[in-house]
Amino acid sequence: MTLTPMLTRQWAEEQSWTLDTYTSGGGYRALTKALKKEPGDLVKIVKESGLRGRGGAGFPSGVKWGFLPEDDGGPRYLVVNADESEPGTCKDIPLMMASPHVLVEGVAISAYAIGARHAFIYVRGEVVHVYRRLLNAVKEAYAAGHLGRDIHGSGWDLELTVHAGAGAYICGEETALLDSLEGRRGQPRLKPPFPAVAGLYSRPTIVNNVETIASVPAIVDNGADWFSSMGTEKSAGVGIYSLSGHVAQPGQYEAPLGITLRELLEHAGGMREGSQLKFWTPGGSSTPMFTAEHLDTPLDFEAVGAAGSMLGTRALQIFDESTCVVRAVTRWTEFYKHESCGKCTPCREGTFWMTQILQRLEAGTGTTEDIDRLVEVCESIGGRSFCALGDGATSPIVSSIDLFRDEYEEHVRLGTCPYERDASVLFDLPEQEGAQV
Amino acid sequence: MSFPADVAERLGKDAEAIISRYPDKRSALLPMLHLMQSEEGYVSPDGIAFCAEHLDLTPAEVSAVATFYTQYKRRPHGEYQVGVCINTLCAVMGGDRIWEDVSEHLGIGHDQTTADGKVSLERLECNAACDYAPVMMVNWEFFDNMTPDKARQLVDDLRAGKDVRPTRGADKVEPFVKISRVLAGFEDGRAGEGVGAGPASQAGVSRVAGDSTARSDKGGDR
Ligand SMILES: Cc1cc2nc3c(=O)[nH]c(=O)nc-3n(C[C@H](O)[C@H](O)[C@H](O)COP(=O)(O)O)c2cc1C
Ligand code: SF4
Repeated sequence: MTLTPMLTRQWAEEQSWTLDTYTSGGGYRALTKALKKEPGDLVKIVKESGLRGRGGAGFPSGVKWGFLPEDDGGPRYLVVNADESEPGTCKDIPLMMASPHVLVEGVAISAYAIGARHAFIYVRGEVVHVYRRLLNAVKEAYAAGHLGRDIHGSGWDLELTVHAGAGAYICGEETALLDSLEGRRGQPRLKPPFPAVAGLYSRPTIVNNVETIASVPAIVDNGADWFSSMGTEKSAGVGIYSLSGHVAQPGQYEAPLGITLRELLEHAGGMREGSQLKFWTPGGSSTPMFTAEHLDTPLDFEAVGAAGSMLGTRALQIFDESTCVVRAVTRWTEFYKHESCGKCTPCREGTFWMTQILQRLEAGTGTTEDIDRLVEVCESIGGRSFCALGDGATSPIVSSIDLFRDEYEEHVRLGTCPYERDASVLFDLPEQEGAQV
Repeated sequence: MSFPADVAERLGKDAEAIISRYPDKRSALLPMLHLMQSEEGYVSPDGIAFCAEHLDLTPAEVSAVATFYTQYKRRPHGEYQVGVCINTLCAVMGGDRIWEDVSEHLGIGHDQTTADGKVSLERLECNAACDYAPVMMVNWEFFDNMTPDKARQLVDDLRAGKDVRPTRGADKVEPFVKISRVLAGFEDGRAGEGVGAGPASQAGVSRVAGDSTARSDKGGDR
């Protein structure tokens, strides 16, 4: 399968982030087209395109928009989830840095489609230059009449606020995000009611990922059939695949859904020199890990699910045989412990216990019973937590014990970690530099 | 409320501007807390009281929010906040080694500040730049593809008062208080500086264009 730049199309251009660059590539043409249609027709186009949420869960976007209740004359909102914090995920941040206008245009079209007159982009606070680019793009768009009053002479108004968060992974969960946007601690809400019914300020609200909303202009411009002709039947269109780790050229590779890691690696120049693939995540740290056995698994929602994992955010973190899997999993688990919002007991206590046990195992002071205990703790968190963070925390542990139990046992047997940490780093260390000169 | 009158008046105007962005006043709290950090370098009891007063909240309510988010500092903070990503991908690619080196070099640990008040060190979770691992952040600007040598040089330059240039970001890293003002939603005119995407972000599209130059001439490789 070949690479198919849609959202990444202009990323390599000079001043890629400006309105001029965007307009010269056909930008805001789709908005003009959209404003000539009925909002309901746009929802239909998005439904027919087969676009599914790009934020992890893959829910059909047009269907979600269809859940909004009838207009009761009160406000409704569009909120773009730009919190991107799932370990390994690194597509939305470069998109907003390089091509913020494709998101702004997507917001304008989507807000019109769902009848929202105020939209928000909630961007994580730890990326100041991305926030600058968004503020600037919004300012440019207001000045050019793509936002604000009587957009493109249509009589329709839209206000867009870009809001910076303040550091909390859980605010990526859509209901925690809404609480955070309301000025509260970011903790998940009980669902139902879903945001479409009672979201921001308890009003009907659509929350979508950056990449989802940014895909809307191309769909409106080129048609639903064009989009659904790419990808697979149930996983339509293109998506950005983020390759990181021990590969020759890490980066963002936009391709039809269903491309395989083997194909992606061809585009990325293969593994780093002389190294062999050991394990990888198909969709971020919260998705069960894969090995070289899965090189030919089509990376679409169905095939990855059938292979026992999740497509997630297409965040392919790739590790070669120099990497200790126990170390990798321990660190992810420390992350979940740090980011657990504390609202429910299984996740709050469970991530604490899992961290303690894993730290022992990594250091070589654990026992084989510890390995079984880990699996037990995971069983009492998975499916029993208030939100998906708890489930996600168990994925790397359960999958790695499944695939690499012998490596856990080796730590116990040897009383230490058998891996040399410096072998996995991407830079030359002083001794090696000397040897090479 | 114990900001001096002129400061309170100036911040009051900023607060009004922030509040006007939202249908509901309370939504202004997160940017207001960033604004407090832009004044004092951290969220002080005065800052808490100021937010409470302007948003009709109690100080306890504001405090509960401020302590939830890692970007809000509760103690005076260095001029430059230096973060090393130690989440799994970066850690394995060399982030752990960089952390150990920089921490030893500066003689401080996580959430500590050098005696000269220049640098506060922090262990960071994933900052959405995995294709540039190992990653560091200075005042929330990207420093990509780091090495222990580059990291030591970076903190030395910061302490010596030299300008440092992020890999993907503004032409130079501004002090923490200035960055905090941007995060409160006040533009600093630097959006046009720096690269668009950077070499790894555009790896796929450059490959399609068969254009290898676009990958290297964007100043991404430090
Ligand atoms: C712990 C957690 C973190 C999440 N982080 C993000 C995120 O950073 N960005 C995102 O778009 N979705 C994130 N999600 C998924 C959102 O809850 C939600 O499903 C998504 O924003 C919906 O948009 P989509 O349908 O366009 O994918 C997260 C979910 C969980 C449970
Ligand atoms: S699962 Fe974890 S993050 Fe989610 S509500 Fe429970 S404690 Fe909070």
